[in-house]
Amino acid sequence: MKICLYFQVHQPYRLANYKVFDIGNHSNYFDEKNNKEIMQKVAKKCYIPTNKLLLKLINTYGDKFKIAFSVTGVALEQFEKYAPEVLDLFKQLADTGNVEFLSETYYHSLSYIYSKEEFKSQVLKHANKIKSLFGQDPKIFRNTELIFNNELANFVEGMGYKGILTEGADHILGWRSPNYTYKAKTTNDLKLLLKNYKLSDDIAFRFSQHSWEEHPLTVEKFVNWVKESPGETINLFMDYETFGEHQWKDTGIFEFLEKLPEELLKEGIEFVNPKDLLVHEPKDELDIHNFVSWADVERDLSAWLGNKIQVSAIEELYKLEKKVKESGDPKLLEDWRKLSTSDHFYYMCTKWFNDGDVHKYFNPYDSPYEAFITYINILNDVAKRIGSKEQIIAPITESPSQTI
Amino acid sequence: MRVLMLGWEFPPIYSGGLGTACFGLTKGLSHHNVHVTFVMPTGPSNVKGEYVNLMVADKIYKNKKITIRKVQSILVPYLTSQAYDQELSLLMKKDEGSKTLYGRDLFDEVYKYSQRIKLLASTEEFDIIHAHDWMTYQAGIKAKEISGKPLVLHIHATEFDRTGGHNLNQYVYDIERMGFHKADRILAVSNYTKNMVVRHYGVSPDKVEVVHNAVEFKESPDYKINTTDKLVLFLGRITLQKGPDYFLEAAKKVFDMDPSIKFMFAGSGDMEPRMIERAAELGISNNVLFAGFLKGEDVNRAYHMADVYVMPSVSEPFGITPLEAMKSGTPVIISRQSGVSEVISHVLKVDFWDVEDIANKILAVVHYRTLNNELKHHGSLEVKKFSWDIPAEKCLKVYQELIR
Repeated sequence: MKICLYFQVHQPYRLANYKVFDIGNHSNYFDEKNNKEIMQKVAKKCYIPTNKLLLKLINTYGDKFKIAFSVTGVALEQFEKYAPEVLDLFKQLADTGNVEFLSETYYHSLSYIYSKEEFKSQVLKHANKIKSLFGQDPKIFRNTELIFNNELANFVEGMGYKGILTEGADHILGWRSPNYTYKAKTTNDLKLLLKNYKLSDDIAFRFSQHSWEEHPLTVEKFVNWVKESPGETINLFMDYETFGEHQWKDTGIFEFLEKLPEELLKEGIEFVNPKDLLVHEPKDELDIHNFVSWADVERDLSAWLGNKIQVSAIEELYKLEKKVKESGDPKLLEDWRKLSTSDHFYYMCTKWFNDGDVHKYFNPYDSPYEAFITYINILNDVAKRIGSKEQIIAPITESPSQTI
Repeated sequence: MRVLMLGWEFPPIYSGGLGTACFGLTKGLSHHNVHVTFVMPTGPSNVKGEYVNLMVADKIYKNKKITIRKVQSILVPYLTSQAYDQELSLLMKKDEGSKTLYGRDLFDEVYKYSQRIKLLASTEEFDIIHAHDWMTYQAGIKAKEISGKPLVLHIHATEFDRTGGHNLNQYVYDIERMGFHKADRILAVSNYTKNMVVRHYGVSPDKVEVVHNAVEFKESPDYKINTTDKLVLFLGRITLQKGPDYFLEAAKKVFDMDPSIKFMFAGSGDMEPRMIERAAELGISNNVLFAGFLKGEDVNRAYHMADVYVMPSVSEPFGITPLEAMKSGTPVIISRQSGVSEVISHVLKVDFWDVEDIANKILAVVHYRTLNNELKHHGSLEVKKFSWDIPAEKCLKVYQELIR
């Protein structure tokens, strides 16, 4: 049995409280103060202590301990600006040779769904950033929120990638186990690495949940579950912020992480990087027509594109793409790209009114409607900058379906 | 379970907000096998309640036929700030000469009501006393002293809401305070009101149970009103408590951005002349309509006509009108300083003093079609969840705890 640990690192550029009166007056869309504060807070609670711990573990176990990261471009930029120490530690991790960096869209965007051209640009931009900071050429791709389907697999293979990560959701696996390497059916040879969501979420979500019957989760217990699992590799994929931010220090999460390698290695379980798994013979082919993701219980796109305000906001964004690019204004293009970050649409999700409080926790807005209003106000300013006379969303008088 | 319920109004007699709430609650209680005797201070001798045994306090002694008089405005807990002040100062100068049937003195009336309850309390059979708002608190205390039964006080508004916190009437405040301290349990229509009571009356939070109001709708025709004008509606008394001045200042900001949008005040009150004057000062008289006090179906028509309903109340213990607007499929913007904002999600929320944000949101709802449609759709669904059975169950639970 092998273990593949991959952590996602991301921080969006959160928006300023941009009112309708600001349209045409200024284009400061992002809340620099808030973004800085959050970055520095999370750096202190999570990024710095966890990076240090991982360095220590690599020092102790040498080549026997391996990990992978995917760090978004917008997170890297904010490390550079607000928390350079974190970036330094990531570079030290890269220098050990035991840490693999994966490829993704620079802006953590949903661009694949709306513009393949933009998707490609963002992936390239990210790859360049990784190369310049960490000296690696990623061979493995992970799309925003592990969003995936057949068509995307083909596209990504066409870009030269050898493997891709996605969610080991029940509805795509059926009776199969996530603990093998698969091949995406429509591709020549693109390897699929699937998240074992049960074991991953035991750490990421349930670690400190008192109502969980397995609470508290000890390393011994976890290692036993790994040992008893069928298959070749267990892919533990999770947000890096699990350590210290989602699961606070006092839950014992750092002690858990520190002790885990020793106990796994004792049982003869080997740590591998995603790229090491490319040599595995695929167990089977997976045929995935509809988009799958790692979010919420639905494991689909509904967290970002589940209601009409979300869809209309993102459609309006991509309608501006051509003119923004034609403008030749680099600042405008950068602003527009920062607006493509998926978090902005996540904040407009209305699902959490009924169930999950995860959305609420990560949401800087009082309500999804506030998120929408701020976002569309900003898009209207972007439209002004490209010289559009039209308002982004036409007044409701033009709606023929209005019944009153 | 038998409840002696003390109120000031009950439909169809003097049915203001308080009466409507009492009606809903007693209807809900009747579904739980609770027998309610509802006592009002005055009314016709042949009153009959649908779900309750309705009694009129002044008939306990007299059997003389009395015509229904409009209860003096001061007797109504929800009244205009200026009128309230005037009435109070009038009442403070005791008018010795004129001896009307009930006395012009509100406090005298409140006292008489409490005296009449004495007889009732010693002859009627009941398990618990439940009194609504300050006018009935003294009567409730008397009933408790005589019968030894537990007393529940139900707060629909406090002196702080009515006055906006300025020029409190000491006499009313003292009655409220004494009531809260002598009661066995207090029910507040929102957390907002509970906090008010805890903060301003020195009541332990453990003693106060939050019982949100509900609303039940009769089916009303779906008005199809064709209007090209975009209309923003204020509906309620034009008094300090309801924040009409903030509405008007927001209107000016909206007007500056889009002069095609119209504003309507539906209601009357002491601040109306000032609002007319202020609209002229702001140069927006042509865009601001004063429709006067609306009744019955005209209210529904107004909601249907409006593109957005705004409730900018300075202090609103609960606030049923946004629910009525949502039922009509009209998007609403409500003040966070309201109880109803605790129980609805598919609305836009503002701080009443943040005129710029109110204007920002009005413009968003009017201009952004998708937002308007989503608020309409989800709002009209959300409002269906309200039922008086829920608050009735909470009351019942409190009764049972006290009797045990």
